[in-house]
Amino acid sequence: MPALHHTPVAGLSALLTAGELSSVELTRHFLDRIERYQGELNAFITVTPERALADAAAADARRRQGDASPLTGIPYACKDIFCTRDVLTTCGSKMLANFVAPYESTATARIADAGAVLLGKTNMDEFAMGSSNESSFFGSVGNPWNIDCVPGGSSGGSAVAVAAGLAPLATGTDTGGSIRQPAAFCGISGLKPTYGRVSRYGMIAFASSLDQGGPMARGVEDLGLLLGVMAGFDAADSTSSDANEDWLAGLREGRMPAAEPLTIGLPKEYFDGLGAAAASLDEARRVFEARGYRVREVSLPHTEPAIPVYYVLAGAEASANLSRYDGIRFGHRADNPHDVRDLYVRSRSEGFGAEVKRRILTGTYALSVGYYEAYYQKAQRVRRLIQQDFLRAFGDVDILLTPTAPGAAFRRGELTRDPVAMYQQDVYTTPVSLAGLPALSLPCGFVDGLPLGMQLIAPHFREDRLLAAGLDFQHDTDWHHRHPEGWQ
Amino acid sequence: MTDIDLNHLLHLAALDMPATERSLATADLERIIEMIDRMQRVTTDGVLPMANPLDRTQRLRPDAVTEQVNRTVFQQGNEHVHDGYYIVPRVVD
Repeated sequence: MPALHHTPVAGLSALLTAGELSSVELTRHFLDRIERYQGELNAFITVTPERALADAAAADARRRQGDASPLTGIPYACKDIFCTRDVLTTCGSKMLANFVAPYESTATARIADAGAVLLGKTNMDEFAMGSSNESSFFGSVGNPWNIDCVPGGSSGGSAVAVAAGLAPLATGTDTGGSIRQPAAFCGISGLKPTYGRVSRYGMIAFASSLDQGGPMARGVEDLGLLLGVMAGFDAADSTSSDANEDWLAGLREGRMPAAEPLTIGLPKEYFDGLGAAAASLDEARRVFEARGYRVREVSLPHTEPAIPVYYVLAGAEASANLSRYDGIRFGHRADNPHDVRDLYVRSRSEGFGAEVKRRILTGTYALSVGYYEAYYQKAQRVRRLIQQDFLRAFGDVDILLTPTAPGAAFRRGELTRDPVAMYQQDVYTTPVSLAGLPALSLPCGFVDGLPLGMQLIAPHFREDRLLAAGLDFQHDTDWHHRHPEGWQ
Repeated sequence: MTDIDLNHLLHLAALDMPATERSLATADLERIIEMIDRMQRVTTDGVLPMANPLDRTQRLRPDAVTEQVNRTVFQQGNEHVHDGYYIVPRVVD
């Protein structure tokens, strides 16, 4: 029997159902671990022990009444980008360091309805803009595999919370790779659903045509449980999808999609010049082949411009979305303004960090007179070509297999002075985001003691294929059962 | 080299920056724009811009009031409020 903090959610749920463990006991176990390791890891911005224990007691009562789902009484960590009523919601920014949300996001409301227990809000890159969790106003986060390395970003706090056993599950959001890349760097599993699958209502906006919430956990089965709860139509989000497949309903009851051997495409552009990760990806391919999966090479010729396109569109959308922070209705407000313009400018300049300002200015440039067509509309046209590449490939194969990131976690401070080099971390994840596709990152090996991740990509709304293939892979490998030492 | 007018961009974005940070910020932006310019090599003649990855438009709903603004709740925690109004520096002389 593994330690509680290494036990999959289904196992924890079984212990709760059998009465061998109460949710209050389980919640105390994770709160104790957070208290013990938060100082070193800085995975949380806010811990909510009183609420957690009250929620756990309510979950225990619900189980006694026979009204439990698999997540009832299971503790989880929430990325601090989801609004949680009466709880500080900072988005990793000084701008919102004093913001207590007056309403609840749809995703967290659904998780609460299922009876899951909120442990706290996790650290993240400011406004989800970053690939290393170093842009947080609340300090950087340590990777439990090597504390001198970054955990990835922007959902770095959530990834670390799961990897170090501070929470069995966490929510993340992914705009250009922010669930998948930190999952890869921390040796856990992370799923970015199809655009529109999970409601964005109450999820603080970064780039509205790209943002998507999703689950992070040690293994695929746990991802399925959390996805089943988070996903679903929401009238409060005008881009929410009404797709409601039978397999999605099954997830909520703990039934994973049926697995059958699929045809996997290997996009040659993702493997050109791949370094240390190549051997792990090759081994992953063999694992699938041994299960009867067929593998063939495909081409996604517009992969290379994805990073430029992403940084135009995400910057443009961010510059519009973040214009709401004016220092008047909520958020940071500058002292003693001499006029309204001064209030706006100083509140924003004091409240936003360097990377957020950089992206706002990039987006402002792309949207300004004389550049709108050359940058913003051009990027939207190339975006369509990127998506068409994927749709063409899915005419021949069921899913795609790629690396999640160019390598393993890099050292803290290594890329902070070179934003363009930092942006290249997203080279394998941004094309998927631009196309609105679902993708799953799974641990697939190690290099120099640090985890590596691989990415499975499926057509729109076919997360069932990702979960089934991921479950097959994790049935035959144990990478997701490896734990960093020093956090026992 | 890309021509960045940082003062103009800062004005449009309602931001300010100390003089000591401006040359580095300009250099960073120039490198970012140069990186972005790589997409100009892609031929996009006849390709329609894509704003939504599912190519969907905003869903319409009946033109009916469904929610009430709860000003009291939304203004909780904001000390710069008086009688339900937000207090800002004088805008009319």
